[in-house]
Amino acid sequence: MNEDNDTSALPELPMTRECPYHPPAGYEQLRAIGPVTRVRQFDGRPVWAVTGHLETRELLSSPHMSVNRFHPNFPMPIPALTQLQSPRTPAIGALIRTDPPEHTRQRRDILPSFTLKKIAVLKPRIEQIVEDRLDAILAKGPTVDLVEEYTKPAVAMVLSQLLGVPFADREYFEDLTYRRFDPAQVVDALSDLTDYLAQLLRAKETEPGDGLLDDLVGKVLAGELDRDELVKYALVLVIAGQETTANTIALSVLTLLEHPDQLALLLDDPSLWPNAVEELLRFLAITGGLSRVATADITIGDLTIRDGDGLIFLNPGANRDEAQFDRPNELDVRRTVRNHLTFGFGIHQCIGQNLARVELEVALRRLFARIPALALAAPMEQIPMRQGLVFGLAELPVTW
Amino acid sequence: MSGARRLVPSGDATRCVGAGQCVLTAPEVFDQDDDGTVVVLAEEVDESYRALLAEAAYLCPASAISFAEHG
Ligand code: HEM
Ligand code: SF4
Repeated sequence: MNEDNDTSALPELPMTRECPYHPPAGYEQLRAIGPVTRVRQFDGRPVWAVTGHLETRELLSSPHMSVNRFHPNFPMPIPALTQLQSPRTPAIGALIRTDPPEHTRQRRDILPSFTLKKIAVLKPRIEQIVEDRLDAILAKGPTVDLVEEYTKPAVAMVLSQLLGVPFADREYFEDLTYRRFDPAQVVDALSDLTDYLAQLLRAKETEPGDGLLDDLVGKVLAGELDRDELVKYALVLVIAGQETTANTIALSVLTLLEHPDQLALLLDDPSLWPNAVEELLRFLAITGGLSRVATADITIGDLTIRDGDGLIFLNPGANRDEAQFDRPNELDVRRTVRNHLTFGFGIHQCIGQNLARVELEVALRRLFARIPALALAAPMEQIPMRQGLVFGLAELPVTW
Repeated sequence: MSGARRLVPSGDATRCVGAGQCVLTAPEVFDQDDDGTVVVLAEEVDESYRALLAEAAYLCPASAISFAEHG
């Protein structure tokens, strides 16, 4: 960032949430300094932090933004990411970490499996998965950890439906996609998941089913797609689609229980749910810290981002930009805004967003419909948070 | 006379990243092909669609949606 390397006086990232449903208070202070402003990363390197709504849209859709993590200035938004750069997890390379033209080709490969029509076909299966989990909870209650018993398994089952994981492998798949996804085991879990997917794909070459992997296995057989690359796609879908969605559902439940007036509106008029989901996405925005490096000089407002500068986009902050949203820090399930940045912006904007919308809507609507007396089983202050690139609740004890 | 004005929507499938925002915003005007990219359903629409087209263009993450005026 220009020539100045003394970063000691700059605000430091990462920042942590004080309240589970608000961004770190420091994001607002950053935006008060400027919508694009210099900060220091935990390792001392300077980087631009972006918290303005307009600026996020403009920069994330610039053709001069790269996701090349091998660039020396590529940001490292949280320390834990270093372990995911391990040589044992080389497979996390697709889509989210590629630039055009490679990115364009990869996105085109999986796009047919994510059309609104495809998601509509998946919806009844999602409803079935959710009803089954609710049956199980009701049989187990009246006190359960909603994270362990509801959000994580339901989302893992939807992912296995999407991909076309055989029913017999579901348990193992769930172990790999979330039970072993804690920092101590994640590197092993990822390499086991890679092995499992490679083996599954070989089986599908002779016995095709009806999932995303099956759609693409034909391309492998026709020599249009490398099998290892298909494994990478599946892996990135698990990594990008499991924790994000499960955490958003759990945090939405907590948030609605803490905003009883808003929940009452939804119980009164369930047709409000799709709108509420959009507002919950804006409000909660559990993904912060999208990283980029500039590949040319870019002028934004009166600033110049130099070729080679790193940028970190703090989208939960941009979603609270008062220049864009009226009463940004208020949850209002009746507001109709769709321009939040929770799914990012530009060519990497979440490919699973319309699947996530359906999962959230079904999981929340059915939970409150079947258990209207749902309440927290512990005061909110005692519910453990998990800070990180994807924010979440470590558990959510509820009762009825 | 504004009632006679026609708007011509366009969707650039080569830029499209298949986020579906345009279809969610104006389903009578935009759809997704089986390959997941945008197709324009209506060659022309009337003035009453202006706000929807502007919203679709604003929400599209890949700057693939635009519209021109006719007449
Ligand atoms: C509430 C749930 C979700 C949230 C908040 C979320 C958020 C995001 C964000 C912010 C990005 C952009 C990252 C960047 O620009 O660097 C992204 C990309 C992505 N997401 Fe999601 N996501 C969610 C659910 C899903 C689901 C369900 C799937 C698939 C099953 C998925 C798959 C992906 C993939 C593959 C990418 C990379 C796209 C690309 O680089 O072109 N996500 N997501
Ligand atoms: S909103 Fe843009 S990127 Fe998304 S489907 Fe429409 S044209 Fe494609």
